Amino acid sequence: MRRALRSVFERIDRFFDIAFTPAWNPMQQLGALGWFFYWIVIVSGIYLYIFFDTGITQAYHSVEYLTHEQWYAGGIMRSLHRYASDALVVVVFLHLLREYVLDRFRGPRWFAWVSGMVLLWLLYASGISGYWVVWDKLAQYVAIATTEWFDSLGIFGKPIARNFLNHASLSGRFFTLLIFIHIAAPLMLLFGMWLHIQRHMHPQVNPPRGLAAGCLIMLVILSLWFPAMSQGPADLDTVPSIINLDWFYLFIYPLLDHYSGTLIWAVVAGGTVLLSLLPWLPAVRKREVAVVHLDNCNGCARCVADCPYSAISMVPRTDGLPFEQQAAVDPSLCLSCGICSGACPSASPFRRRTALIPGIELPAFPIQAVKDMILSKTQDLAGNNRVLIFNCEHGLDLAAAPMTNFAQITLPCVGMLPPSMIDFTLSRKYSDGIFIAGCREHDCNFRLGNEWVQQRLARQRDPYLRERVPAERFTQCWAGVSGFKQGLSELEVFQERLARLSPPARQSPESRLRDGKNAECANA
Amino acid sequence: MPEIWRMILQLPFYLAFALLLAYLSQQPAYQHQDPGHALIKLSLSHAGEHKEECRRLTPEELAELAPNMRRPISCNRERLPLLVEIVLDDNLLYRAYLAPAGLSRDGESTVYKRFPVTAGTHTITARLRDSNRLEGFDYEHSEAISLSPQQNFVIGFNADTGGFIFL
Ligand code: HEM
Ligand code: SF4
Ligand code: SF4
Repeated sequence: MRRALRSVFERIDRFFDIAFTPAWNPMQQLGALGWFFYWIVIVSGIYLYIFFDTGITQAYHSVEYLTHEQWYAGGIMRSLHRYASDALVVVVFLHLLREYVLDRFRGPRWFAWVSGMVLLWLLYASGISGYWVVWDKLAQYVAIATTEWFDSLGIFGKPIARNFLNHASLSGRFFTLLIFIHIAAPLMLLFGMWLHIQRHMHPQVNPPRGLAAGCLIMLVILSLWFPAMSQGPADLDTVPSIINLDWFYLFIYPLLDHYSGTLIWAVVAGGTVLLSLLPWLPAVRKREVAVVHLDNCNGCARCVADCPYSAISMVPRTDGLPFEQQAAVDPSLCLSCGICSGACPSASPFRRRTALIPGIELPAFPIQAVKDMILSKTQDLAGNNRVLIFNCEHGLDLAAAPMTNFAQITLPCVGMLPPSMIDFTLSRKYSDGIFIAGCREHDCNFRLGNEWVQQRLARQRDPYLRERVPAERFTQCWAGVSGFKQGLSELEVFQERLARLSPPARQSPESRLRDGKNAECANA
Repeated sequence: MPEIWRMILQLPFYLAFALLLAYLSQQPAYQHQDPGHALIKLSLSHAGEHKEECRRLTPEELAELAPNMRRPISCNRERLPLLVEIVLDDNLLYRAYLAPAGLSRDGESTVYKRFPVTAGTHTITARLRDSNRLEGFDYEHSEAISLSPQQNFVIGFNADTGGFIFL
């Protein structure tokens, strides 16, 4: 089911990939676009505030001045403020849906999910209060409906809606409070957004420049073509009858005309609680978290640099080895992706004297097991186009491919593969080529796995793939779960390419035995 | 693909996004209230009379109290609920007993209600009982008023100025 849903999302992504390239794909930048739209709202908001008059009777006119007399600056800023806020709602809901569909909200990710729910409330408090401060007919409607809605809770001694009973009862006090909320809520939102990504290493908070420029140009053109307007000054002695609602923020209000305020409160509060509990309904069946083997940790901190979830930190040495620091895993943050063991320099299969135990690895998926699989799975391959596929549980799976002469090793994330394994497999001639298959570009289930693999193989990131590994003997295919067809054709092309290369001599049975023995002694 | 083609391919996406923002930030328009209707808002806060009058305690009752609590007059703070009625052209629009606020029921009774009505001339009668009488009302006000469409008409109350206020 999840795989099917994921595949739907990937198809949409694929569509965007064509026009935007994977690097600019807006569907993979939803959180970052959220940040971008937020900044537009803040900058335009500061500009508007300079000219805004906070008095309840003057507010409307100051906004009218900005809109009409100063249309070339204030007017555009006002429209940007409105449309970027709306765009923020759009990307936030898509972002929520995406994380849900891709099942990226359980386990240690609960923190991002639950803090995201808080962000939703702050977002709506910011947006709704924004429509209030203009003090036009829409504001009047929102003010009265909101205060009546709060009154339905029965927590105020006297109904606060009485502040807006008629023209005579109107007081600036409440209005001032509202302006305060409209400044405080967005600031709290910013703090919440910062908190939201605290568990992420290198969070994507800035969209690629081209995409950001495209969005900004779109918003500016929209602002010029269809500027944001007020709906006539508020007049408490009349009742607005037909109103142009901003449905992104105000969709709840019409419901208040048909259902009781308490029922709507129950629905939004209940919905929030239910959604917030989703990460535990049910909780993930989690692999054991990564463990550090101190004997093999030299304190190089590569795992810290590569862990996408900031789960590792360097702490002072405890075992007396002559290094200053050692790695330590915080189990509550670890998603068991294994990317850290792919980064650890002691995960090298070439080591003979000691058993293959890296400084850090997943107990349920030790690096030794990867080496064992290389040996066993390649045993029955023959010919000169033998391919060993390393793929990821969450990405492309080529096990059902109709061709022969390949074997596949599935890792929790391809980022778990130490580059030395590729060197090992090829130099010891266990296969003629290595095919790496993973999640789609910029869509790694563990955020950064495929990026790190690409950089390691391009010799741009530690640990580098050794220069001696011939480029024509390994390939990468970032096609995702929906990319079976693409994977097949790339595998086919790769096998043809390998067949054309002069075949390396197969590894002798003795050397296989030697590597195997080594493996056994390591297991023992 | 050359850059320029890519940009052209992106245009429909940006256009769709812009249209979505332009449309849903305004449309479809929402009819909150029939344009031919006016709104009557009833909003009042008033404390009913005390439920019981103060009375002198009998010597026996006094003797039962702790020495520091012996006050000869006992006043129950609890108030009566208000009975409020609004009649529009002989139709009963609203009738309710409003309980006093507070845990010991000693506060004001409050109501805030809205009644959309067709615009035009109406006779509005408002009545309020705040005593323990069994029939009739302590306050009553009746007036023929002409409500224009979308008018916001408030029925308030202030005992100090004689009761109901029609605004
Ligand atoms: C103002 C609104 C929001 C902004 C600006 C925002 C932004 C972000 C950013 C930048 C990331 C990091 C992406 C990355 O680098 O991998 C992220 C992750 C995440 N967000 Fe949000 N977000 C918002 C609201 C929400 C909401 C409403 C939810 C859902 C309830 C949510 C759920 C998540 C989850 C589960 C992740 C973690 C994904 C992972 O670990 O792979 N976010 N968000
Ligand atoms: S398994 Fe993944 S999340 Fe856990 S410590 Fe290693 S890199 Fe970090
Ligand atoms: S990468 Fe390996 S050796 Fe380096 S700090 Fe991490 S566990 Fe230790």
